[in-house]
Amino acid sequence: MAGGAASGGSARSDTYKEARYWLLAPSWVVLIFVVLIPVLMMLIYSFLTKEFRGGVIWEFSLDAYDQFFCSRGLFGDEPCSIEWTYINIFWRSIWQAGAATLLSLVIGFPTAYFIATRPERVRPVWVFLITIPYWVNLLIRTVSMKFMLRDNGPLNDMLLATGIIDDPLRIVNTNFAVQLGLFYSYLPFMVLPIYASVERYNFTLSEAAADLYASKWVTLRRILIPAVKPGVIAGCILVFVPSLGSFLAPDLLGGAKNFMIGSLIEEQFKGNAGNWPFGAAASMILLTAVLIILVIFARQQARAQKAVN
Amino acid sequence: MSDDQTIAVDVRNAVKRYGDFTALKEISLAIRDNEFFTLLGPSGCGKTTLLRMIAGFEDVTEGGIFLFGDEIESLPPNKRPVNTVFQNYALFPLMTVLENVSFGLEMLGTAKTEARKRAGEMLELVQLTQFANRKPSQLSGGQQQRVALARALAPNPKVLLLDEPLSALDLKLRQTMRFELKEIQRETGITFIFVTHDQEEALTMSDRVAVMSAGALQQLGDARDIYERPHNMFVADFIGETNLLEVTVDKVEGARALCHLGGGHALGCEATEGVGAGAHVHLSVRPERLYLSDAPVADESLKGTVRHNIFVGTDIQSIVDLEDGPRMTVRTSNSDRGNKRIFEPGTTAFINMERGAARLLVD
Repeated sequence: MAGGAASGGSARSDTYKEARYWLLAPSWVVLIFVVLIPVLMMLIYSFLTKEFRGGVIWEFSLDAYDQFFCSRGLFGDEPCSIEWTYINIFWRSIWQAGAATLLSLVIGFPTAYFIATRPERVRPVWVFLITIPYWVNLLIRTVSMKFMLRDNGPLNDMLLATGIIDDPLRIVNTNFAVQLGLFYSYLPFMVLPIYASVERYNFTLSEAAADLYASKWVTLRRILIPAVKPGVIAGCILVFVPSLGSFLAPDLLGGAKNFMIGSLIEEQFKGNAGNWPFGAAASMILLTAVLIILVIFARQQARAQKAVN
Repeated sequence: MSDDQTIAVDVRNAVKRYGDFTALKEISLAIRDNEFFTLLGPSGCGKTTLLRMIAGFEDVTEGGIFLFGDEIESLPPNKRPVNTVFQNYALFPLMTVLENVSFGLEMLGTAKTEARKRAGEMLELVQLTQFANRKPSQLSGGQQQRVALARALAPNPKVLLLDEPLSALDLKLRQTMRFELKEIQRETGITFIFVTHDQEEALTMSDRVAVMSAGALQQLGDARDIYERPHNMFVADFIGETNLLEVTVDKVEGARALCHLGGGHALGCEATEGVGAGAHVHLSVRPERLYLSDAPVADESLKGTVRHNIFVGTDIQSIVDLEDGPRMTVRTSNSDRGNKRIFEPGTTAFINMERGAARLLVD
């Protein structure tokens, strides 16, 4: 029966192989229908000709990219010189998203550290508390943020009442308001990965550093932060990327002057005034920029991870 | 040897409380300079707490800790000239072995090249020179242990604290490391305070041992003292193996005492301070200090029946039920020297004690 047993064994390994494909099928479906096809559609649309009331004409054209990068004068007949309007919006978006990420890090790191150093029983409670505001729709949260920050809103009322300021602070319609809005939108994405890595951190290492004459600051800088760096990088990516493409916070809190790339893209697809190929091209440019940033971060993360193992 | 009398660490009436729980009840200990001192006790006895108090990781609720005469309670851990070898080593995972070892010196302000040079010497001392540029995770448990030791020794501390450093190693390696630790302690002349729950470790390495239980000091002495003259039930039972017999003390004459078992059988034994005539206490006698015979050797010989003989390598352990008392264990050395004979199970035999082997215990 030795032969039978052997063939049984190979049949079983075939079953495994087959099962592996079937079990992976849902992830392929997601990748194809949720990632690949929409991105390909955007890519194709960005190279098509615009239809005036939204939509596209199926005719190849580089107009969308030309419009993003080139200025050809009032009548569009001059040679290409660099068009700064959209590049500036793009640059402002990176800058705003970067500032929001930094703000999230500065507030999120101590928060995550605080939660991770509570007794084990109460940590889930703190994590739960952090996520409660996020059960409310992002739009409503952003509107209420505007309400909080406006000239005669609760924040200014409180500051005026306590006599800290004499005139209300003009926060709404500034860059800072947008940063606050983005920070508030994505804070948990910073806190949770950092919390996870601080929780895994072996605090005896901090004791060992103190035992070897390191001050608290040196221990933080040379022992704790390098150890939790993968969590910090993950948090930064998770805040930076959605902030970059965000349009709710800039629209509601930033006003017309503080337009970000997300709003620009949104406008191209809204109502009848849009320009689909241009919106698609701006999306592709944003996607490329995000990809480049992610690759840089991912490489750093891989290096940090390699050093740990 | 007048140096011996310099006190390195002086723990005075130290108390540690966590809320309602008292982890340490008024401990006083004077640990001498250049001494290999061991805190021995079961887990939860407070030995690690005491070590962490000396290192500065736990504050002292009451009392004080003095290092070479100076009160150190107000100093944070990074200002105390003591270093620790942690139980799970706590090596910095992102640094190389050499960077780990030179970390303490660099923190003390030693120039980097000088610190690295000294770290290299330390690695030589623990025979890890060829691993200097590896990461800790690339080393075996035993090697990591040596790195932890080198790292703690590099700043040349006045006192080295070791928190169960050998407990994660396998038996053979543990035995080698015991010897090496002792050697390094002798070479460097640094005071070692060693925490362990392993009595064999404590007995083989230490100059003096403090036996602790339930947050209190049970006995302090050298290895022989602790083993041969246990003060109370806990120490007799925790260190090695012993026979405990309930006795009533009849009279005490100097260092000797007379007592009798429940059945009235009279025994002579070593007196213990604090146990007087009329006391109902336990008597401890080590199994290897008993021997069996066909006929009573003295009036004191205890009659019994051999139940089992257990071969344990170096010895043969005979379990004997006394005629009017409990079960006792007798160890007979597994060698041909002398006229020791093994009594088959079921035979009647007499248990005899070497003079000075039996000792009264404070309960």
